[in-house]
Amino acid sequence: MAFEGLADRLQNTINKIRGKGKVNEADVKEMMREVRLALLEADVNFKVVKDFVKKVSERAVGQEVLKSLTPGQQIVKVVQEELTELMGGENSKIASAHRPPTVIMMVGLQGAGKTTTSGKLANLIRKKYNRNPLLVAADIYRPAAIKQLETLGKQLNMPVFSLGDQVSPVEIAKQAIIKAKEDHNDYVLIDTAGRLHVDENLMDELKNIKELTKPDEIFLVVDAMTGQDAVNVAQSFNEQLGLTGVVLTKLDGDTRGGAALSIRAVTNTPIKFVGLGEKMDAIEPFHPERMASRILGMGDVLTLIEKAQASVDEEKAKDLEQKMRTASFTLDDFLEQLGQVRKLGPLDEILKMMPGANKIKGLNNVQVDEKQIAHVEAIIQSMTKAEKIHPEIINGNRKKRIAKGSGRSVTEINRLLKQFEDMKKMMKQMTGMQQKGKKKGGFKLPFKPF
Amino acid sequence: MSFFKKLKEKITKQTDTVTEKFKEGLTKTRDNFSSKVNELVARYRKVDEEFFEELEEILIQADVGFDTVMQLIDELKMEVKRKNIQDSKDIQSVISEKLVEIYREADETSTEINIQENALTVILFVGVNGVGKTTTIGKLAHKYKSEGKTVLLAAGDTFRAGAIEQLEVWGDRVGVEVIKQAAGSDPAAVMFDAVHSAKARNADILLCDTAGRLQNKVNLMKELEKVKKVIEREVPGAPHEVLLVLDATTGQNALIQAKTFKEATNVSGIVLSKLDGTAKGGIVLAIRNELKIPVKLVGLGEKMDDLQEFDAEKYVYGLFSELIDQEEA
Ligand SMILES: Nc1nc2c(ncn2[C@@H]2O[C@H](COP(=O)(O)OP(=O)(O)O)[C@@H](O)[C@H]2O)c(=O)[nH]1
Ligand SMILES: Nc1nc2c(ncn2[C@@H]2O[C@H](COP(=O)(O)OP(=O)(O)O)[C@@H](O)[C@H]2O)c(=O)[nH]1
Ligand SMILES: [Mg+2]
Ligand SMILES: [Mg+2]
Repeated sequence: MAFEGLADRLQNTINKIRGKGKVNEADVKEMMREVRLALLEADVNFKVVKDFVKKVSERAVGQEVLKSLTPGQQIVKVVQEELTELMGGENSKIASAHRPPTVIMMVGLQGAGKTTTSGKLANLIRKKYNRNPLLVAADIYRPAAIKQLETLGKQLNMPVFSLGDQVSPVEIAKQAIIKAKEDHNDYVLIDTAGRLHVDENLMDELKNIKELTKPDEIFLVVDAMTGQDAVNVAQSFNEQLGLTGVVLTKLDGDTRGGAALSIRAVTNTPIKFVGLGEKMDAIEPFHPERMASRILGMGDVLTLIEKAQASVDEEKAKDLEQKMRTASFTLDDFLEQLGQVRKLGPLDEILKMMPGANKIKGLNNVQVDEKQIAHVEAIIQSMTKAEKIHPEIINGNRKKRIAKGSGRSVTEINRLLKQFEDMKKMMKQMTGMQQKGKKKGGFKLPFKPF
Repeated sequence: MSFFKKLKEKITKQTDTVTEKFKEGLTKTRDNFSSKVNELVARYRKVDEEFFEELEEILIQADVGFDTVMQLIDELKMEVKRKNIQDSKDIQSVISEKLVEIYREADETSTEINIQENALTVILFVGVNGVGKTTTIGKLAHKYKSEGKTVLLAAGDTFRAGAIEQLEVWGDRVGVEVIKQAAGSDPAAVMFDAVHSAKARNADILLCDTAGRLQNKVNLMKELEKVKKVIEREVPGAPHEVLLVLDATTGQNALIQAKTFKEATNVSGIVLSKLDGTAKGGIVLAIRNELKIPVKLVGLGEKMDDLQEFDAEKYVYGLFSELIDQEEA
């Protein structure tokens, strides 16, 4: 089965050689084959894979792995390190011209996400750097491309410069810069039309825009689902225009995103941002180590943790923790907590980010029914204050009343009450454990140690 | 006559520009792929592990699905053993045979669009973001319009900025009416409207656009199911086609796309778009192999007439023609 992830793949190999304790060179070779397959099935370009495996092999047959008592884990570590290294450091800086405006040119294939990303970047530049960007509609070819950018501009309450679709993009870019100077826009984002890297005429058009506007940044926008061809596209755009950065879009999907590695390897240009949705705030700095885990199929734990941190209200969390410890946790608190978890996003997406979730029976392909959560909410909301604090007082009559109020059945109410009791018990145990385990700290590795 | 000879004869008889364009679009990969295999054969005199590993890479490079490649290589290895092939020259014909076989097998499924005679035909377009759904609808509307049919478009992408306007531009270009509601409205309601307008106008064909959605977004996939249900309810037997648009540059994820969209909407065919680029969408080999969904149309550019019916033989010929030529020589 495809998409197993490197950890799983290696686990199989390790199981075969487990008895030996240490591994020999032949074993390493077999493990390298698994590394190779894992990367290929993640869409990393085969040439890039080849070079990479060679490098890892050299390190692996050196001391590190052979001497280790946990060779599988050691190999994953080496692979992850090398991968992160190849992916380059974190770099999400955006240039700032000495003499404004700073000009940013967005380029790429058709449908990659240039227009959407132009809007997102402009939004980010205004929010994070407190600047005043101008969006420029230089795609005169795609039907309604100008309208698309104008709509985004309206949503963001941000100016969009356009001269319609009868003026050449080079002229549009030129006029836009004059306008930006007049209006004191210190950033200019030029949204160009999608084009094939082998389309000479259209590539010349980009060269002309570059010549004329002397952009401070040229960002290649690439769809994260791109296959082996990513190297050709990136290399060609880079050779013809000299890219300063890459934005990888649609990473909110379930692609492994091996294209990231390929692009990085052939252009040696930093991937600066990733697109994580269609909304204007769905953009984040690129994190090489997370991407490495993702390509290897080991779950994006860090993103999950960060998401949790960002959306859980600290005060409320502390309050809840206190209540858990003193076992004064009520159904109201339960409702509150449900709300907090839901803020993380659709539950099944959260589960998918957890490493190993696909291994747990029942969690595999789980589709959390948001409706069911709404039902739970309805039930709790139909209880009186006293009932929420002391659910043990809920007798048959009260249940019937709650059922009527919430439109759910008594059976469902019973189930919820039982679950709530179980949860309280579990909490008591967990808080006990947490206290004990506190000193150790640190995260578990996102894969099983073998 | 060998299969290859028959194939070649059939192709060379079709000398219309259509065939030319198709072949032209594929030359880049064909050169790539076939010359690589030839080079491989020349370099390796012996058929050994390393030979297979490189062949594997050549296939991977064409984005042929990962599992399909592994299966193919296994079969080849068995064949080599069975026929006791040692010289790499002798394996060449076995390789091309195996590759074509996948398509031939799947050829049994019709690649024709299911058009109703004297009744409304509804075609629903689905797929992830930016693959070419709206553009394909524009192209297809042009094709049917020039065949004298009454065509109607449904602006079911109410989400993406400018999506409705994009479809309207296509409507103007082609000269067909677009049924729409305001941006942000319920796509199922748009479909309901569109179906009734199509009936009222006695239209022949209704082409339904939808918003792009990544297949792992459960709620959006449910929304799509709902859109389809409305069509099913209002026109018995519809939609007559559910076409999944795939971008030829997409890698292994296209297989998951096909699988998930098939589960949600019972996809009846694939449109392989952007085949005018350097990527050739080899993943459709895996999709045919594993999911049996046929490719019905291919997109070869952004213009109105850059759309063609998919011809498996031509596609295979385009991809592997040098292999075929060599076998004949
Ligand atoms: N899910 C998701 N969709 C995206 C992302 N970025 C862009 N899109 C969608 O991809 C499609 C193409 O984007 P667009 O900006 O028009 O691409 P362009 O042709 O390169 O300008 C649209 O449907 C966008 O909403 C992303 O990060 N995630
Ligand atoms: N080169 C090329 N571009 C295409 C093709 N089909 C669509 N496009 C372009 O891809 C982009 C996205 O297409 P669109 O129809 O808006 O995609 P949708 O989001 O799936 O509706 C647009 O810039 C189209 O012009 C094709 O066959 N070849
Ligand atoms: Mg655009
Ligand atoms: Mg569209």
